[in-house]
This record gives sequence, structure tokens and C-alpha cells, in this order.
Amino acid sequence: MANIPQKVVHKYLRHNKKFPHVWCPGCSNGTTLGSIIRAIAELNYDRDGITMVSGIGCSSRMPVYVDFNTLHTLHGRALPFATGIKMQKPEQKVIVITGDGDATAIGGNHFIHACRRNIDITTIVLNNNIYGMTGGQYSPTTPTGDRATTSPYGNIDPVFDICELAMAAGATFVARTTAFHALETQDIIKKALEHKGFSVVEVVSACPVIYGRLNKKGGGPEMMMHMRDNSVPLKATEKMTPEQLEGKIVRGIFKQVNKLEYCDAYANLMSQFNVKEEAKK
Amino acid sequence: MVKKTSKSKDGQILTDGDALELMEVEITEEKENIDYKKSPVYIYYEWCKKCGICVAFCPTKCLGRHPDGSPFVEFPEKCIHCETCDRLCPDFAITGAKR
Repeated sequence: MANIPQKVVHKYLRHNKKFPHVWCPGCSNGTTLGSIIRAIAELNYDRDGITMVSGIGCSSRMPVYVDFNTLHTLHGRALPFATGIKMQKPEQKVIVITGDGDATAIGGNHFIHACRRNIDITTIVLNNNIYGMTGGQYSPTTPTGDRATTSPYGNIDPVFDICELAMAAGATFVARTTAFHALETQDIIKKALEHKGFSVVEVVSACPVIYGRLNKKGGGPEMMMHMRDNSVPLKATEKMTPEQLEGKIVRGIFKQVNKLEYCDAYANLMSQFNVKEEAKK
Repeated sequence: MVKKTSKSKDGQILTDGDALELMEVEITEEKENIDYKKSPVYIYYEWCKKCGICVAFCPTKCLGRHPDGSPFVEFPEKCIHCETCDRLCPDFAITGAKR
């Protein structure tokens, strides 16, 4: 590693870990990790001031490779751990990396309640439409009719929309982007990190080796081209009819509001007690 | 069978067999002396998984592919320093230089 020209990304990686990383060729997780690192580098955050928490899954291998405070926890339970860290150390920037199955199926309850509490955590959901690491079972975001190893004749379940779920549950920053739009991802993650409150960024990513192979969607480049050709920015959707929008990925910031944050609410509550104790003395 | 040909750095036309051997020589040279004027993009072959994303999304098609799928700089003069390959590489194996 010593002899190659180093970029920002290489400075934040843990070079004592095994490289090349564990992800398959063409997987979007690496691209997204690059976008996250560039966003953090542009904001000039201190490395020790960032905690990255993840559950189990392909995308949840991400904290292993980056040089921040990291925590690799139970399947679906990254958000409870992150909530604990944030409550104990409110000055830490807590980033949660989860996959689609991790966030919406196994940790679905934790996800909606973290949204409801509006605690200042940035959650990045990498949606690759399948459980990649465990062998290709269908997940709540596998499109209806698509194949997985547990639905060899096509999936009959309707799809979960992560952004609508987060908005309905009360998250205060909700955005969607794709792994192909790396600069846009970087920009949205920057805004999400600066936002005070629970922020959810859904990154639509490609799983060429399992989802792409089972559904004949081609390799990594073909799936990225699909993202490029089938996604529309939020502004452009105003002029489009519902028929035109069918099958398109709408990307952009859907919701950005300011509400009372959970740590602040807790601090307010505790300050009342302190006042009373001081009055007694 | 159609034989794929590719150009080496000094303009020599290579065929399937000898391309890889010459490429290895090129890498060792590059490691010792990195000159961005000669090669606008540096590829770290130990981390590359040959997915082909950099080649597919290069806007000026200045990257080419070896028979085994690994990328190389085919036309260094075509590079516009947009850093798309750098941003999209999932393996952090390609480094694009700024002008």
C-alpha cells in the first residue's frame, strides 16, 4: 500500500485489515463506503468523534474497514446499541449502517421506534433487494415477481418502501439515492450528518452476484447502468404521470423538518430535577 | 477465434498471450516511479476484482480491458481527469489524478 498514490478514502481505511475487502466483484457497498468517507472528510469531523454501528449483513461489514470508533452488533439490533451510545455520549456523531433486511425485517421494530423518538442518529440503509450474505433469501424489499433462493418461482410479497416507512414513523430527514450517483450520495450524507434528528438515507445498491444472477440482470456495470437509466430526481417527478413513474427509482430529499431531539428532551427533563435539588440546598 | 489486441504504453501492439507479462513489467515500473503525466490513472492490481465498472463508465473510453478482465490505461491522452472511475470503484483500487 505504500507505493500507490493515496486519496482521501485510503487515509480512513484500516490497512491492517484484510484487503481486498470481503464484498463480491461489482458490489455497490464499496462505492457507498467511498461516498460516506468522502462526506465525512469534507465535513472535517474528528475521527474519534464518530461512532459507526452496524448489525449483520453484507453492508454491515463496512465498520470493519474504517478507522473510526466502530461496533459490530447483533442482527437487526444496531439501532438499540446506537441509541445507547448516543444517550451516554451525546457529543458523538453516531452513524448506523444497515442493510434492507437488517433494517426493515429483523430490526423493523427497532427502526420504527428509533424514527419515532427522533434521536440524532444518521442511518444509512443499503437496499440491495436481497439477503446477500446468508445465501439469497428474499427480503421485504425484493420486488414482487423477482426470484430469490427462497422464492424460486417468483416472490409474491408486496414491497416495503423504506422512505415512506421512515416518514410515516416520524423520522425528520428522509432521502433516497443510488450507489451510482456517488456525488449525490456524498452530498445527501453530508446533509444527513449535519441534520439534528433521526435521518434515514436509503442507498439503492446492486447485488450482481446473487440478485443479479438469479434475476438475469447482468453483472455490476449492467446493474449500475440500470440505476442510471431508471432513476429520476424528485424535481422531475412533478411533471410526470403515474404511468411514467412506474418502475422508476425516485431520488432526492423527501422530508427535512426540525423537531425536538430525544437527547435534548432528556437533558431538559434532567435539568428540571437539578433546579429543584439546587433550590433545596 | 478473434484475437483481442491491446496497446502497451510505448505504442506496441500486443496480442492475447504476451499482454499480461508486459503489463506486470509496467506495474513494477509504475510502483517505483509514479508519473501522472504519463498515466493519468493509477490502478492497484492487488485490490482489483475485475468487475469492469471503471471501464464501463469512463466517459471518454480511455480505459481498456485485458483478456482476463483487468483494466489498463489504453489511451492516456484521452483522460479528462473527471475521477468517475475513482468514485465508482468498489474496491478503492483505482486512483484518478487531478489535473
